Amino acid sequence: METNLCVAGFGGQGVMTLGKFLAQATCDSTDKNVTFFPSYGAEQRGGTANCFVVISDEQVGAPLGDVMDDLIVMNGPSLAKFLPTLKEGGTLYINSSIVDEPTDRPDVKVVKAPVTEMALEMGNAKVLNVIMLGVYIGYSEVVSPEVVWGTIEHKLASKAKLLPLNKEAFEKGLEIGRSQK
Amino acid sequence: MELIYSRTKTIQEDKVSGFCPGCMHSTVIKLIGEVIEELDVVDKSVLITGIGCCGLHMDYIAYDTITAPHGRACAVATGMKKASPDSLIFTYQGDGDFASIGLAESVSAANRGGNFTVIFINNGIYGMTGGQMAPTTLLGMKASTAPKGRIAEEHGYPMHMSEILDKLTAPAYIERTSCNNPQNVMKTKKAITKAFKNQLEGKGFSMVEIVTSCPTNWGLDPMKSLEFIEEKMLPEYPLGVIRDTIG
Amino acid sequence: MARVLMKGCEAIAEAAVRAGCRFFAGYPITPQNEIPEYFARRLPEVGGNFVQGESEVASINMVYGAAAAGARAMTSSSSPGIALKSEGISYCAAARIPIVYCNVARGGPGVGAIQPAQQDYFEATKAAGNGGFRMLVYAPSTVQEAVDMTYRAFDDADRDRNPVLILADGVIGTMMEPVELPEMKSEEEVKAIQDSKKDWACIGHKLDYANRAWIQPGQWDTVKMQQWNEDAYEMYKTWKPEVEIYQVEDAEVVMTAYGISARICKSVVDILRAEGKKVGLIRPITVSPFPYDAYDAINYDICKTVLDVEMSIPPQFIADVDRGIHHRAEIETCLCSGGNIMSRDAVIEAVNKLLAK
Repeated sequence: METNLCVAGFGGQGVMTLGKFLAQATCDSTDKNVTFFPSYGAEQRGGTANCFVVISDEQVGAPLGDVMDDLIVMNGPSLAKFLPTLKEGGTLYINSSIVDEPTDRPDVKVVKAPVTEMALEMGNAKVLNVIMLGVYIGYSEVVSPEVVWGTIEHKLASKAKLLPLNKEAFEKGLEIGRSQK
Repeated sequence: MELIYSRTKTIQEDKVSGFCPGCMHSTVIKLIGEVIEELDVVDKSVLITGIGCCGLHMDYIAYDTITAPHGRACAVATGMKKASPDSLIFTYQGDGDFASIGLAESVSAANRGGNFTVIFINNGIYGMTGGQMAPTTLLGMKASTAPKGRIAEEHGYPMHMSEILDKLTAPAYIERTSCNNPQNVMKTKKAITKAFKNQLEGKGFSMVEIVTSCPTNWGLDPMKSLEFIEEKMLPEYPLGVIRDTIG
Repeated sequence: MARVLMKGCEAIAEAAVRAGCRFFAGYPITPQNEIPEYFARRLPEVGGNFVQGESEVASINMVYGAAAAGARAMTSSSSPGIALKSEGISYCAAARIPIVYCNVARGGPGVGAIQPAQQDYFEATKAAGNGGFRMLVYAPSTVQEAVDMTYRAFDDADRDRNPVLILADGVIGTMMEPVELPEMKSEEEVKAIQDSKKDWACIGHKLDYANRAWIQPGQWDTVKMQQWNEDAYEMYKTWKPEVEIYQVEDAEVVMTAYGISARICKSVVDILRAEGKKVGLIRPITVSPFPYDAYDAINYDICKTVLDVEMSIPPQFIADVDRGIHHRAEIETCLCSGGNIMSRDAVIEAVNKLLAK
């Protein structure tokens, strides 16, 4: 069993962090193999950012797969770029605040979450990636939510002030993910 | 009978100089060896030679030595001093090595204030390769790659490395000396002593630039070469302490 | 031992520190910046030294100097920067100075592309500098392998007094995956290693011409220089190539690849074997020395074609594969280049095409 996930969005949307949290949680709590591969460009900021996470029972063969089982898109350009790589019957997670549901892929399941708006409502635009991670975990159950939260808690240990906000964000995301199952 | 002079033990007993007549490398190598003996640091001295006639230095001495790639002696010294901070580490480089191909390494090492010593031999020409133009070649001076002589419009002007490095903040001590007469030889020895002491006391980057001759490639006999130094080289490269933050 | 999630570059740097590396000099270039950055943080914690060199050229020469004084020392870069280091690498080989360096390879030639590639194969294995010296060259296909190879590379380098190269690529360098880190050598062990080099290291010796340290990257005397080359050649011959031979015995199509491409190929073997297709893989673990004999494991009665898979156009690794196969089978290629990562689907398609022949 191997799951290929692509996370894509604008630079600054926390796309890499989302992928890394997921890889870290998998490494810490399961016997599964995992790879996190950032696609890197020459720009330090801005532009598009995307990363690939592969979670597998076997040794991961290709850290950058050709076909994605799951695709998380945080902005419009990423949808256009990566939707063709999503497998038939795959799952598409969209930031429905700024990404329209595609009309040309009736075969894929779409999980929608207005994470930009939700983050703004919560008073911190930066937590949109944690909400989306919650959505992904809530829907896919690829790793247990407790483990993922443990990882976030650990990674944010030096910014304890931010923990309640992130906890809330993650849980709101979980709820949305679970509700669309 | 009282012994008033003997050859420094840092030079191998059986060695006879193979340098060209009038060349000052042997003088400087002797001075360095004497200073090392007088400071009683033979057992911690390491010579890093550049490439060119400077590299011949290693054939004569009886203490540790390593050859750096052309121009990289200051980089080699930087790594070596970090790995072995108690050793006395000095580079011995010609003008092509230090001021042309090694310019980045030389300036950067000086700018870091690396606690080692540079002995920079400036004779305004490439020696071993046969008299090509150096960054320090005087205007009008002929070289095998500047057959009409150095022309400012084409080749730029002689580079004054001591003054260039003096523009940096970190270097501790920079002095320009020569070996064209006995007084200047003594001054050179004093400068080398001071530079080595600085290193032993952890004072940082020191350099002694020594204006020397290359009778063979200058096309002058040894005596005429001494006159050339006095009349042409020294006006361009004035002697003296360029920088001394130690006192 | 507990596994930790680490980026390839950082894992390589940590493995080096654990092996006793106490000096690193490097210059920024993508995609290996996390190596110098990691050393800059980590080395002061263990009493080591990090220097950001003014260039790749300076950095390798700083490493030459530190290693010549007896320290375990390392540098790293990516393709164009490795080319700049070739001067110092050749000097280290000529002076018999043990160093370890890593190429997190990217697309080329020229400034090329900052994304992963395998376009430095000839440079790494045949001509890493002037003069025809050889080195042990390891080609990791996982972050774990990069860690293990870096750790042992320091022992190899010290044993042979010769440079060792870790030939990685932008995927291995930038990806994160779980690794088990090797044991940290104690300060006593690290000191003992450095002390064991006192006889030849340039640190200063008692005044004695015969026993001074004389580190010479060349000889004035041609007879001595030839003798040096003959001695080095004898040393090179002591190396044993390492290789992984995977499901080759009954294979009708054998893939051959190294590094990240080999990892992708290995999963292709598993995928196609699950479909009942008889495919296998030969993966050199050391690309210098090259495991030519490994290609004798192929049953040429049933395998008529070998598929060379590499991220280099034109292919380079194929030259050694060709010598290993020695006209016993055809060689077809599956290639990409310039920063594009090998597509597993493309490999599967290429293998299927050969199976259908």
